[in-house]
Amino acid sequence: MPEAVRIVDEPIAGAGTVPLLAVSGLNAWYGESHILHGVDFGIAEGEVVTLLGRNGAGKTTTLKSIMGMVERRQGSIRFAGTETIGLPSNRIARSGIAFCPEERGIFASLNVKENLLLPPQVGPGGLSVDQVFELFPNLKERQASQGTKLSGGEQQMLAIGRILRTGARLLLLDEPTEGLAPVIVQQIRRTIERIKAQGFTILLVEQNFRFAATVADRHYVMENGRVVDMIPNAELESNLQKVHDYLGV
Amino acid sequence: MASEDRAAAGVTREEGSLGHQRIAFTVMVVLFVLAPFVFYPVFLMKALTFALFACAFNLLIGFGGLLSFGHAMFLGTAGYVCAHAAKEWGFNPEFAILFGTGASALLGIVTGLLAIRRQGIYFAMITLALAQMIFFFYVQTPFTKGEDGIQAVPRGMLFGAIDLSRPLAMYFFVLVIFLAGFLLIYRIIHSPFGQVLKAIRENEPRAISLGYRTDQYKLLAFVLSATLAGLAGATKALVFQLASLTDVHWTMSGEVVLMTLLGGLGTVFGPVVGAFIIITMENYLAALGQWVTVIQGAIFVACVLAFRRGIIGELGHWLKKPL
Repeated sequence: MPEAVRIVDEPIAGAGTVPLLAVSGLNAWYGESHILHGVDFGIAEGEVVTLLGRNGAGKTTTLKSIMGMVERRQGSIRFAGTETIGLPSNRIARSGIAFCPEERGIFASLNVKENLLLPPQVGPGGLSVDQVFELFPNLKERQASQGTKLSGGEQQMLAIGRILRTGARLLLLDEPTEGLAPVIVQQIRRTIERIKAQGFTILLVEQNFRFAATVADRHYVMENGRVVDMIPNAELESNLQKVHDYLGV
Repeated sequence: MASEDRAAAGVTREEGSLGHQRIAFTVMVVLFVLAPFVFYPVFLMKALTFALFACAFNLLIGFGGLLSFGHAMFLGTAGYVCAHAAKEWGFNPEFAILFGTGASALLGIVTGLLAIRRQGIYFAMITLALAQMIFFFYVQTPFTKGEDGIQAVPRGMLFGAIDLSRPLAMYFFVLVIFLAGFLLIYRIIHSPFGQVLKAIRENEPRAISLGYRTDQYKLLAFVLSATLAGLAGATKALVFQLASLTDVHWTMSGEVVLMTLLGGLGTVFGPVVGAFIIITMENYLAALGQWVTVIQGAIFVACVLAFRRGIIGELGHWLKKPL
């Protein structure tokens, strides 16, 4: 087993503090299919960490398990020292974790502003609507538009902006750049940098490790429902061949 | 600069759509105020109570996504309780209506707690089963007078001063109740609570993962809908001076589905239009007897196949304004 597996509940290698989120021995099932086979990793406060891996490695399922959206799960997920594995999804959200799903989950019958205002405030330190509009000027222009009438990039901005308002400390972003134009990807990168500077902690699922390399502190690699490796971002360049092998690119 | 202009245009657009609804509301009020001088008031009062019933039903399915197939239990329960209170206990009409409405609200809490645990067809079947239990209870229990119903319910003196046996006085009393219920529903669907309901209807898992206990929202929507359906039922009992088994029968639950679908599910004005069309058909085509049911069935099929948004839904779509 690579060393990445042993860091849970201990100071995180490269981060030097007790983790804000500590996942250990996480198993998850969809019906009869056993998807996660003991996932272990941790994230320190203020870090941006990615989960890399091929399709079907269990990255999205890991995010959904943290969020309590997978019915059958076992193991331990500790957030800010509190065990959350048995909690329902709404309680996990209220404890300060926010999830931005790959399909974005914009409510089509609400307009942009209503979508932004919908999530409940779960803690202090969230952005105001004006601050969200400052991050994403496109949204301000389109605040009265229905959710259905947005482009893919605008939907993604809205999905991210919506959870920045809540005051959640840990943001789970599932493939935020998928299918978006390079100029929008740049905008999302700048957003991640800015919210990281404001102290948010981010767990990012990415297929595009070139994008991940521009924003992340560390990378966990997943294969077959397990975390198999951890690569600090500084060492990514020297490990390119290994990453290519993992991702099959 | 361009972006500010566009933002301003967006805001105006939003206000424009609400302004549209204000115009529609004003037209509706003017029509209802003038209507009793042209049409038979009892027919109009019947249509107004059914319109309120359909609006209450629409609050649940159109905005909460919950198809209840037992809403007659709230209409009928409030009718019986109101009629009994007015006739046997001598309640003033306003208190009799409040009492009947309260009874439906209580019934809504109990049945809602059981029903909202399931969705879709299971929710519909649970509400139907509960409504059937309530129906058989009213068939058996003595105070409802069985097949005869509670007859000759006195309309009484509103606030001890206004004689409701005068048709126009009763009509405007019913109109005020209808408008109050309608405006309350309008307020609910445009409130933050209403927006959470719409979010739940669209994507319940997402609403939960944003931190909402969706069961509580669904229960509150169910109870509000039951209460307003009760308000319609209690008022109807005073209009006809009768509370009978017709109002708790499952066909009544089906009729309100038809009214809402015909007018436009999830629209503000659709249920009112749907209710008026169905009640008009029942009244003016009464000579055709059972054929009315066949015609209604044909309309239902045509509505589902050809214009699924309903009359007002299609009109709003055509005008590009939500109505």
